[in-house]
Amino acid sequence: MIPSLPQSKFSTRLYAAYITLFFIYLAAPLVVVGVFAFNDSLFPSMPWNGVTFDWFVGTEEPRIGIFNDGQLLESIGYSGFIAVCVTLLSVFVGTCNAFLFERHNFPGKNVLYIFALMPLVIPGVILGISILIFTNSIANGVEDSFGLDLDFLRPGLFIVIMGQFAFVTTITTLVISARLRKFDTSLEEAALNLGATKWEAVKTITLPFLKPAMIGAGIVCFLMSFENFNTTLMLVGSDSPLTITMFDRLKQGSTPALNAVSLMLMVVSGVLALISVFVQRDKKAVDDE
Amino acid sequence: MSTLQMTSGTEKSDTIPMIKLGTFLLMLPLLLWLFLLIILPHLDLLTVSLREKLGYREYAFSLQNYIEFFTEPLYWNTFVRTAVMSIVATAITLVVGFPVSYYIAKVIKGKKRNLLFMMCLIPFWVSELVRTFGWMILLRESGVISSFLQWAGLVDGPVELLYSDATLMVGLVYTSMLFMVVPLVSVLDTLDDSLIEAGYDLGGSTYSILREIVIPHAMPGIASGCIVVFMLTLGNYLTPTLLGGKDSLWFTEQIYNQFITRFNWESGSAFGFLLLFLSSVIVFVGLKLSRQTLADTVK
Repeated sequence: MIPSLPQSKFSTRLYAAYITLFFIYLAAPLVVVGVFAFNDSLFPSMPWNGVTFDWFVGTEEPRIGIFNDGQLLESIGYSGFIAVCVTLLSVFVGTCNAFLFERHNFPGKNVLYIFALMPLVIPGVILGISILIFTNSIANGVEDSFGLDLDFLRPGLFIVIMGQFAFVTTITTLVISARLRKFDTSLEEAALNLGATKWEAVKTITLPFLKPAMIGAGIVCFLMSFENFNTTLMLVGSDSPLTITMFDRLKQGSTPALNAVSLMLMVVSGVLALISVFVQRDKKAVDDE
Repeated sequence: MSTLQMTSGTEKSDTIPMIKLGTFLLMLPLLLWLFLLIILPHLDLLTVSLREKLGYREYAFSLQNYIEFFTEPLYWNTFVRTAVMSIVATAITLVVGFPVSYYIAKVIKGKKRNLLFMMCLIPFWVSELVRTFGWMILLRESGVISSFLQWAGLVDGPVELLYSDATLMVGLVYTSMLFMVVPLVSVLDTLDDSLIEAGYDLGGSTYSILREIVIPHAMPGIASGCIVVFMLTLGNYLTPTLLGGKDSLWFTEQIYNQFITRFNWESGSAFGFLLLFLSSVIVFVGLKLSRQTLADTVK
């Protein structure tokens, strides 16, 4: 059961074997995706035909590498743009919410807090369709009453950003609130006693304290947005972000170029994950002081 | 900047019926977010689901969409099938994930422990699309496992492992494993080793210690893990679409078809609302049974 209790070698080994199997299960799909990016074949499947870099740098049909694939690069651009907008917006609103819920009292606070958690329990597809319907209702209403065509409320980048922002903000609110809860308010009071205005005190003392949480939440937001599929699927217009482009190609039958994109995605996510762990570490060091 | 007006800790307990201007300005982003993107869209979803299209932008109140759902066996069956499969997937995730969480929390210590825990988290930094794609490469007819089985002489020809319910389960369990392991590890971390030792000293077997000490202690973690996994599985679209194939319909696929393929927003909204309702009911029941609140679950 635990190391301090005697147990048979057989059961210990069996347990260790199970854990090993589990980690093979976790790693297997990711490893094959990465490995088959280098397979010298038109399909990401067996047999293994040797190593090629065509799926990254190839220029000729049918072997167009991802760095020369206009459609793919364009969709990465859209995804990046969406993710940056979603991150900035949700970190800003998350920070406001953290101050609101941690520092202020107002009627209906608990109800609003429950509502702020709601996006976590709404399936992404449902969030997508409800925002699709709502923006469409507004656009139709405005068109009927004023004769204005509000193009940005039709499926496209703007409502994709809104849809992702709608649920990502819950995450930033929770992460930044948790950090703000640990803040010693006497530090702020000291600044006020020394003649700082409230905004100066927050800007020079509280916000720097919150910075690790804001960066960590921002990285999580960026990844969640970049990789989001369910909500985006319902809201997307003609400019499709990366996940949607990949999904369309996957349904048509994939080439190892998809593996190459996936590998790049994994590398970027891995680097971002490491950065966020590093930021968390830094946070712990501050807490210990 | 009055938007960031502070109240110190001591003022917190004061109940002032009027909302201060600073508080209100700070509340503005929250209210805009919740009303424009969460509350009003879902109310609109409900209204659209309760209407019938008479002509171009002409509608009347009707329960037709819901009646259609209950009278058309295909929709019904898909709904029940999605719910049942999600429950099974949740149970399998729990059974597979529990020993792993226990191992990380109780058996292994120090740096190795942190490393294993990190390794559990890594796959979930990667897009669900990539993970599902990985399973397709492994399991398809010309895939890695099929080739391996042929090489090992276990089968004569290529075997198609994709597009079955079992494959779908493998994918669903894989996708939601993290959301089971993290709450279980954190709850098992708080279990004092001496309780297990005491159980052992009193003559308890592994099974009875598990049943009498470990599982009761882990119950809050089990509940929150199961709730989150169930919700995510129910709302999953990618895994059933890519791994499940034509015969294994998932309810989210029905919603997508109504909206995008058939352009029948009214019935799609009704389906969406039913899924939301099912998901909320199960979450609510789960929280009640485990005597937790939503706020506890997200911690």
